[in-house]
Amino acid sequence: MADGAQVWTEEFVEAAGAQLQIVRAGSGDPLIILHDELGHQTWLQYQDELAKDYSLHIPSHPGFGETERQEWIMNMRDLAGWYLEAIDDLGLNGANLMGFSLGGWLAAEMATMSPDTFRKLVLVGPAGIRPPAGEIYDMFLVVARDFMTAGFHDPDNTPEFKQACPDEPTPELAEAWEVAREEACRLSWRPYMYYPGLPDLLHRVKRLPTLIVWGREDNIVPVSASQVYHESIAGSRLSVLDNCGHHPEIEKSGEFVRLVKDFLA
Amino acid sequence: MFIGYFTERPYQDPKSGYFGATGKPIMDLNVSNDIYDAELGSALYNRYLDEKIYAEEMGFDGLMLNEHHSTPFCMGGAMNVEASILARITNRAKIVLLGNIIPIWDDPLWLVEQLSMIDMISRGRLVSGWVRGTGRESVAHNVEPHYNWERFKEAHELIVKAWTTPGPFRWEGKHYHYRHVNPWVKPFQKPHPPIWLPGVVSRDSLMWAAEQRIPYIMLATEMEPTRQAFQLYHDTAAELGYQSGPQNIGYLWKVHVDETEELAEEAGRKYVQGPSNPFLAGNEGTVNPALLNLPGLTSRRRVLPTQAVATRARGGNSGPAGALGRPYEQQVENYTIISGTPDSVIPKIRHVLETIRPGSIFFWDGDGAMTHDDAMRSLRLMGQEVLPAVREIAEELELPGPFEVDPATSKPYTGNSPATAPAVEVQADA
Repeated sequence: MADGAQVWTEEFVEAAGAQLQIVRAGSGDPLIILHDELGHQTWLQYQDELAKDYSLHIPSHPGFGETERQEWIMNMRDLAGWYLEAIDDLGLNGANLMGFSLGGWLAAEMATMSPDTFRKLVLVGPAGIRPPAGEIYDMFLVVARDFMTAGFHDPDNTPEFKQACPDEPTPELAEAWEVAREEACRLSWRPYMYYPGLPDLLHRVKRLPTLIVWGREDNIVPVSASQVYHESIAGSRLSVLDNCGHHPEIEKSGEFVRLVKDFLA
Repeated sequence: MFIGYFTERPYQDPKSGYFGATGKPIMDLNVSNDIYDAELGSALYNRYLDEKIYAEEMGFDGLMLNEHHSTPFCMGGAMNVEASILARITNRAKIVLLGNIIPIWDDPLWLVEQLSMIDMISRGRLVSGWVRGTGRESVAHNVEPHYNWERFKEAHELIVKAWTTPGPFRWEGKHYHYRHVNPWVKPFQKPHPPIWLPGVVSRDSLMWAAEQRIPYIMLATEMEPTRQAFQLYHDTAAELGYQSGPQNIGYLWKVHVDETEELAEEAGRKYVQGPSNPFLAGNEGTVNPALLNLPGLTSRRRVLPTQAVATRARGGNSGPAGALGRPYEQQVENYTIISGTPDSVIPKIRHVLETIRPGSIFFWDGDGAMTHDDAMRSLRLMGQEVLPAVREIAEELELPGPFEVDPATSKPYTGNSPATAPAVEVQADA
């Protein structure tokens, strides 16, 4: 399909014992994108721009979208282990890896387990660490649409906000959100959205070039956590964007794409 | 017929601003306990216990307690404490716990010990029910809602095994792990206290109860969907090759009796005032749709007919928040509230019994904004006039309770045959 300039396709591929739903687009070096706690929802400007230089691989995690749940996966470390096998099976060793929010936590866990599997790592507002100041927003005490809205600093002036979060979500989107919330719940309920050992485990990621991107006004994962990530990964680069919430890729799309392209180049 | 008495034990504080139909909105988990008044709380706990003693004197067969957390509409956060006191200060009535929220216990072996002690001290008067709890409970005790049903079933298996199998034994389940299960206290009743299951919406729970031959109690649901849900129970039992009957099903609803119709209406209207359970039909308070739909807590598809009605009453699942707000008059019309003099309530209760055909009923009274005097007047008239009449009606309609006919066997109940399936399949540590 072609919502923007770039053509994207969706297919199911066999990986690590599952039929993995995966969206692909673009050409160039591979870039794996790990979606956040509400799943891969829509084709956005930032993906279109990145697809010009990279071949994007956007899987739906087991239990999200239409990828079947793996019942044995009970936490994020289980999921990270599963994904490393899936990446072997997909022949994507050596790819760049980028994760958003819950997907950022997932990417960080995978990087701690196997830093040499990836070329470069981009973490965008990743969960996974208990913020030294503030708390991670509890997505389960609000409905999905309210959670999405809380992820923006200035939704009214974000052109793609309505696309990501329509006033009246279609029944398909509402169902996809509920499915995503359920799997996110299974992965993150207690402790909520973090793993206490992660900051120490992250020391190993010093071997992997890493970019950390955060919105200064992130209401979902407080920006204080960015410092912990930055300090835990020696040599990492941290970019905090002003006037930006939990979705720099949507709220500051242009700036975000420039940052990522510069880093991956 | 088994007749029980129930009050949800609301925290009634006229000064809090959360009291009465025009008070502040009570959204689930949005009421801070900084308003909690110790003198008032203490007085209310004692009032509700006093009313239970009087209910026993007035001839009720069962004193029912329930449990909710982090909310003013039910003060029984640690219901087993109240049950322990009743075990000692009452003499005859069953102590009916509907129920302990077993999935939220990280250590159900502790629950095994508490319930056994209650059964011991009460000399075998415990009826031990289980519930799955609402989203509020999963949040309040921070237990995985997505494993609620798995934990429910595993906790049940562990508890029954701990009650019935000589220890010590090992338990290596999916959610519970014990290296040494050997609780010293064992239940008074053999092989163990009856287990009942109350519910509102979950088809899984009702089917499970039917499979286990456990009585299922519907809580304040509308009559016709309740009848349909019970039919599902009876059909499931028939498919499984046993005959269920009134002894397998129970119904709780709001019944208040008063000296005059004027007093009855005045008190009846108090059901829908003050802090009361927003999850059940016709109460004040606002539900949080995110909590109602906590991921994985109840199957999104496998719900009972009663759920569709409850959802409609809230104006659907969408929107930021829905208030139940079903007016008092409407509840009176559909019999979910019956309030009147003995002469006017008895025919209405008869209509409910004819429609649903339960073997157990629970009168939910003294709730909302009702005072101690309201509750005591009603209890007295229930004892003097209503209970004897209802027992006659039940006799005529052939509605045996679970202590007359064993729900597991449909044979006459014997003291040592608790109402559960003869054998429980144990998954873990077989």
